[in-house]
Amino acid sequence: MDQDLKTELSKHGIFATTFEELYNWGRKNSVWPLTFGLACCAIEMIATTMARYDLARFGAEVFRPSPRQADLMIVSGTVTKKMAPQVVRLYNQMPEPKYVIAMGACAISGGPFRDGYNVLKGIDRFIPVDVHIPGCPPRPEALIHAFMTLQDQISAQHLTGEARPRHLKQELPSEFPVPEFGEHGLEPSQNDDVFRNPLKVLQG
Amino acid sequence: MVESLPLEPVEHPWATIVVLLAAAFVFGAVPLSLAWVWARVFSPAKPGVQKNATYECGLEAKGDAWVQLNVSYYLYAIVFLIFDVEAVFLLPFAAAFSGLSLAACLAMLVFLLLLVEGLVWACQKGVLTWG
Repeated sequence: MDQDLKTELSKHGIFATTFEELYNWGRKNSVWPLTFGLACCAIEMIATTMARYDLARFGAEVFRPSPRQADLMIVSGTVTKKMAPQVVRLYNQMPEPKYVIAMGACAISGGPFRDGYNVLKGIDRFIPVDVHIPGCPPRPEALIHAFMTLQDQISAQHLTGEARPRHLKQELPSEFPVPEFGEHGLEPSQNDDVFRNPLKVLQG
Repeated sequence: MVESLPLEPVEHPWATIVVLLAAAFVFGAVPLSLAWVWARVFSPAKPGVQKNATYECGLEAKGDAWVQLNVSYYLYAIVFLIFDVEAVFLLPFAAAFSGLSLAACLAMLVFLLLLVEGLVWACQKGVLTWG
């Protein structure tokens, strides 16, 4: 529907909307995160849900202890190579549509522990990340900003057409391969379907 | 000329109940079927091996649920009976003590004796000593 027409109609007291907008409006205001803290960022995540910052204002206060009931995985903290398979498996067990926020430097890239032999250099090597938040750890305001960014992304999604979200494309697989914890770290070390290596992107 | 009375439509006594039952059924069925149709169209199911797995904390289930516990845990069971279950029964016993018949009192005392016997036995076994 044309935006100008809509504004014009609303001036006359007529509220016009589409099913898609209504559906996305409902979806973006009822995102349930998974109770899932990995390291110090989780403390900030907890603070975000408490009264002072109050994530409940955005409809996301119900942290679910089971992946079956969660829509959003906030990867809050350092992902060790031993933990990575469990993270991917939890992500696989979440129902579609599902979203991921990589919270903090560690979840994005390994952060200060990047050179550690046991640290995964960013969770986006294995699962698709929707929003990255830099910071070590990011403040609750940053997490709220990331959450609002995710809400914007959800409300911009189209239910039909080529740009429709992943969960509506029946041909795409529902699960991502879980890496094995092998003798020399994770095997495979990254999922090439998901991960876009910045070096390769720069080289073209 | 005899004026004939207008015939009132005779209502069955159960008609209201039937209408209410039908309304109740529709009230329940419509949201459920709408939700079903909506789910079919806008969130098609995508099952998978891991998604359908029983265990849901990120780890793979392994082994059998029928684990055998060490037989020496029977000591814990006995001590639990003595200190926990006995306390549960002692409280109402004490509260109703003045109104109890002799038979009930004797039955309770036999029960206590049995448990005290267990305590003495556990004591001799050395369960209650530290280290």
